[in-house]
Amino acid sequence: MSNTNENKSIGLVIGASSVGTLIEWYDFYIFGMLATIISKQFFPEDAGTSALLSTLAIFAAGFIVRPFGALVFGRLGDIIGRKYTFLLTLVIMGGSTFAIGLVPGYATIGWAAPIIVLVLRLLQGLALGGEYGGAATYVAEHAPADRRGFWTSWIQTTATLGLFLALGIIILIRSNQGVEKFSAEWGGWRYPFWISIVLVIVSILIRMKMSESPMFSKLKAEGKTSVNPLKESFGHKANFKMVLLALFGAVMGQGVIWYTGQFYAQSFIETVCKVDFIQSRNLMLWAILFATPFFVIFGYLSDRIGRKWIMMAGMLAGILTYRPIYQHFLDVTSVNNRVEKIDLANTVTAPLMASIDHKDNTKLYIIHKYDTAYTDGAHFRYTKTDTLHIAAAYAGADAGAISFTQINKLDSTKTDTIVAKIKAPTGTILDETKTASILVISKSVKPSVIIEKTLDNATYWNLIWLVFVQILYVTMVYGPIAAFLVEMFPTKIRYTSMSLPYHIGNGVFGGLVPFLGTLIVEFTKNADNPGGDPLAGLWYPIGVASICLFIGVIYLTNKVDKDVMD
Amino acid sequence: MNNIKKMLGLVWMAAAPVLIWFLASQAIQKIGNATEATKSNVMLQWVIILSIFAPICVGLFIFGYYGFKGEYDHLPESSAELD
Repeated sequence: MSNTNENKSIGLVIGASSVGTLIEWYDFYIFGMLATIISKQFFPEDAGTSALLSTLAIFAAGFIVRPFGALVFGRLGDIIGRKYTFLLTLVIMGGSTFAIGLVPGYATIGWAAPIIVLVLRLLQGLALGGEYGGAATYVAEHAPADRRGFWTSWIQTTATLGLFLALGIIILIRSNQGVEKFSAEWGGWRYPFWISIVLVIVSILIRMKMSESPMFSKLKAEGKTSVNPLKESFGHKANFKMVLLALFGAVMGQGVIWYTGQFYAQSFIETVCKVDFIQSRNLMLWAILFATPFFVIFGYLSDRIGRKWIMMAGMLAGILTYRPIYQHFLDVTSVNNRVEKIDLANTVTAPLMASIDHKDNTKLYIIHKYDTAYTDGAHFRYTKTDTLHIAAAYAGADAGAISFTQINKLDSTKTDTIVAKIKAPTGTILDETKTASILVISKSVKPSVIIEKTLDNATYWNLIWLVFVQILYVTMVYGPIAAFLVEMFPTKIRYTSMSLPYHIGNGVFGGLVPFLGTLIVEFTKNADNPGGDPLAGLWYPIGVASICLFIGVIYLTNKVDKDVMD
Repeated sequence: MNNIKKMLGLVWMAAAPVLIWFLASQAIQKIGNATEATKSNVMLQWVIILSIFAPICVGLFIFGYYGFKGEYDHLPESSAELD
């Protein structure tokens, strides 16, 4: 009976803590998932790629300030208590997320728009930096010693479920509204930010009813709380060496495994393998759904066999299999490997179309669309755009699009003449005889090619399986880590001490996986190999995980600390 | 095992400045190779990378120093050992 009551009580603690933490992760991730749209809304219309890069920089800024949030709120949590501190982080996170959804676009308030968004994003990062350590500490300090791994693993599911919730809500709204309405200035992309306020209010009401952690209450009653947790955590060698060990021996490896499995995988499938927007996100949803229970399974297992070897096995698995897995992603989505499956009857090549740039009427775009169907049901769609520079500004630029009646083979080395048929503006009758000669003076060096692949069922499930495997590694390294960190540090400085290495490892090492992975691929591009090595980006997570595995195996102990009351 | 921990401590201490040197030389090379159009972006990227990883390398050096001095020969099992 007492066991049932204990389980019920800890269940309530977990529920209340987890809902809030899940919402904070949700708030944090929707920004990254809407980066393309946000870049168009909050930056000048013609900024293009630099707008996206700036948006990603704002997204990354949220990761970089997380360790500072850990210091600020960790200190508060060790002085005034866990409950009120992570209540505060929830209010800050919810408020700033809701406010991002209210900021008018660049078109309305100019450069104030991205500056306000950056400030709000920094607040999000600070809040998240304070939240996780508090929630993990709070749950661990309520949990019985022999089930600490199991109970804290529920908190560990929240990051992945927050990602799941963010993906699900965005796909739902986008599917209902359509791309155009979703992407408008006050369109559906703002709804996920507004929805956050409802979730946060519910979570605050639940958390208000929670009591303070029994261990912290005991310390407070005895007057033993820390006066200066920052100084005690990082000023005392005995504590600081444990902070460094936690970072280099466990958390930095965990961070890169987490972000490779759940972020880099999706980004790779979408941007390198060119799988379409909805399908690439749906397959992540399935993989997350199947893998999430394993957080709890590995948390439970860590109470039985220790935390260390489960985490180390997860890192080793990632190190050994990332390259084969990503090579497989490339192979199964490659055009070259599907030649024999082309379904000629359903393969469509649209007529060449051309249009004059509406701003610069010396630019002529030649658009070539074709849709290759495959016998297994897959469809690969290509839109190739050549940009030609014409000899003189084209007088008929306002007449609308033009279509070819004749095209010479485009050659960037010589001047060419294209005979084109003028297409009249909407509402007028097209004069079939109306043609014009356009003198082309140069061809763009590199045509832009947009590829969107819809996968067949077998390949789709194959990819889900391989993403699932990567998230399984995530559950191995992440499931036991809250209990592992809690057991490393004493109660009076626990919030501060465990939060900092966690947010450097997870937020900085992990959060930089997409950025540094992409940057490393860029380094491999040269004249002989303009596409570079698409797998080169994996050397960053593999390298960091290898160092962490090595340090962890040598320096960490597998012993489970039963007494965290001290 | 304790001897291995101490010897590896030297490796981490050596690795830290090597990593900083590697990152700094990469930064100089990449910024030098950047075109006028991309220079400010490339510079920003490397400023971010260096400002994040340089302090982490300092942490790695201190970790190595502690390892070399035998601080990790015995890991504390209670808070009393941390005081």
